[in-house]
Amino acid sequence: MTDDAIVVEGLEKSYGSVHALRGVDFAARTGSILGLLGPNGAGKTTAVRILTTLLEADAGTARVAGLDVKRDAAALRAQIGLAGQYAAVDENLTGFENLEMVGRLYHLGKSTAKQRADELLESFDLTHAAKRPAKTYSGGMRRRLDLAAALVARPPVLFLDEPTTGLDPRSRIGMWETIEDRVASGATVLLTTQYLDEADRLADRIVVIDHGLVIAEGTSDDLKRQIGGDRLDVKLEDEADAEAAISALAEMCLDRATAEGLWVHAPVEPRHGVIPEAIRKLDGAGVAVDDIVLHRPTLDDVFIALTGHAAEDTTGAPDEEKEVAAA
Amino acid sequence: MSVSTTYEDTMVLAKRNLLRIPRQPDLLIAYTVQPVMFVLLFVYVFGGAIQTPGFDYVDFLMPGIIVQSIAFGGFVTALGLSEDVKKGLIDRFRSLPMSRAAVLNARTSSDILLNCLSLIVLFAVGFLAGFNFIDATIGEIVLGIVLCLFLGYAFSWIFALIGLYSSSPETANSIGFTLIFPLTFASSVFVPAESMPDGLRQFAEANPFTTISDAVRSLWLNTPANTDVWMAFIWCVVLTAIFAPLAVKRYRTVAAT
Repeated sequence: MTDDAIVVEGLEKSYGSVHALRGVDFAARTGSILGLLGPNGAGKTTAVRILTTLLEADAGTARVAGLDVKRDAAALRAQIGLAGQYAAVDENLTGFENLEMVGRLYHLGKSTAKQRADELLESFDLTHAAKRPAKTYSGGMRRRLDLAAALVARPPVLFLDEPTTGLDPRSRIGMWETIEDRVASGATVLLTTQYLDEADRLADRIVVIDHGLVIAEGTSDDLKRQIGGDRLDVKLEDEADAEAAISALAEMCLDRATAEGLWVHAPVEPRHGVIPEAIRKLDGAGVAVDDIVLHRPTLDDVFIALTGHAAEDTTGAPDEEKEVAAA
Repeated sequence: MSVSTTYEDTMVLAKRNLLRIPRQPDLLIAYTVQPVMFVLLFVYVFGGAIQTPGFDYVDFLMPGIIVQSIAFGGFVTALGLSEDVKKGLIDRFRSLPMSRAAVLNARTSSDILLNCLSLIVLFAVGFLAGFNFIDATIGEIVLGIVLCLFLGYAFSWIFALIGLYSSSPETANSIGFTLIFPLTFASSVFVPAESMPDGLRQFAEANPFTTISDAVRSLWLNTPANTDVWMAFIWCVVLTAIFAPLAVKRYRTVAAT
């Protein structure tokens, strides 16, 4: 499909006995954001390294902007921008010098490189620090400079490997807006993250990987639907009303509601008007309600349902990916 | 990648490497104060106890200490590269549409300039401590300097390889000092090899540092050259031919940890 800026088929990569990728397929449509979601050690970084020509796969193929990562590596590099997990900036150079250097290495020419550096410093709110060595920058400023460096040549495909890890909430939102801006102007973004709210907010499609395999794929809503829609939680005034409440709600439930002390949990279709309808039905049955909450599943619920562990729980594979990357 | 692209990319990165020096004064100290300290220590502390028949010790010492200092000049490459790997800069460079040789070329050629700075400082302190060329023509003096710089260049590639294999600048530091530093002492850099016990003497005579120090002495002090000068250049060519491809190969697969 020519519409896909990133196409990955059957990608495999092992480091000795550690299988980082065990046959991964996914694709990102041109002009969209693909979120690659998974815990540490899932294989996200390995996939990004293969797609950015830093690492060769053991098996499978990958194409970026229509170019094969292995055969057309040199041409491919002119089409991509990479912002990795580390703020890859030269601490002894100023913000301006960092961006100018990257521009020159993309072969933009001297004056264009300088002009781009100024533009990017401006749009990343770094103009005031343009002449200061990057070692004086805060963590958030370094990340912004790093992302700016990835954008110097306006590459059509961007790879952002955990771009907001370690950022304060305000910087994170700023980073999200920048990424959305880029996509609005036609870029394709592959974003890895272990933050579900980030994938939820940014990604058009999400690929969930764990232990080197794709375990789910779709839009954020698809994934939420996969684990059974919304859940209505009703808190009763009297525990004895539980059975009455369950039968009153039965008609609108996807599955039989369950009682747990004062609470009744009812799995419902994700749609509007669920709460008013439930209140009418409960009133009609004479059930006194203390509180009522509609629980929309988060990607956290999806992740736990799919993998049996939380996305940010790293105990299963502590920094495995980082260690093997050194091998 | 065309030759002109490689050249341009190398210049961009060499500028980056050199800008670092005035901004990180501790590196400047390594290039200037450290060699001076070595000269002063050896001339005035050990000098009186070391026998160098036919020469003042300072005359014997200066060619050796210049060879040693210049060989270690490339050390900044090991530090710089291991830092670049660790911080993800090498990943960025490798993902850019730039010459694959430029990062290492830029490092090793910046080292030549830095070594010139060291040479100026070393000659200045050497002359102050009483060093003199003995019956050396301008041509011989220049050839000796070229030989030192070539040795520095060859060692920059060794240090590049060390830097790319080290997980941190600290590791690079300890590899450099435990593997290479003793080599300079088990040679004729500081004392004549003839004064060493059997075993060590044979080792010292086979040591390239001996060949190169003796070659520089023959050029600057008019000592018998034998085959040292040719052999010295051959050593430099061989070291570069071995270590440059190894470093380039490593650069192509190195990953941040």
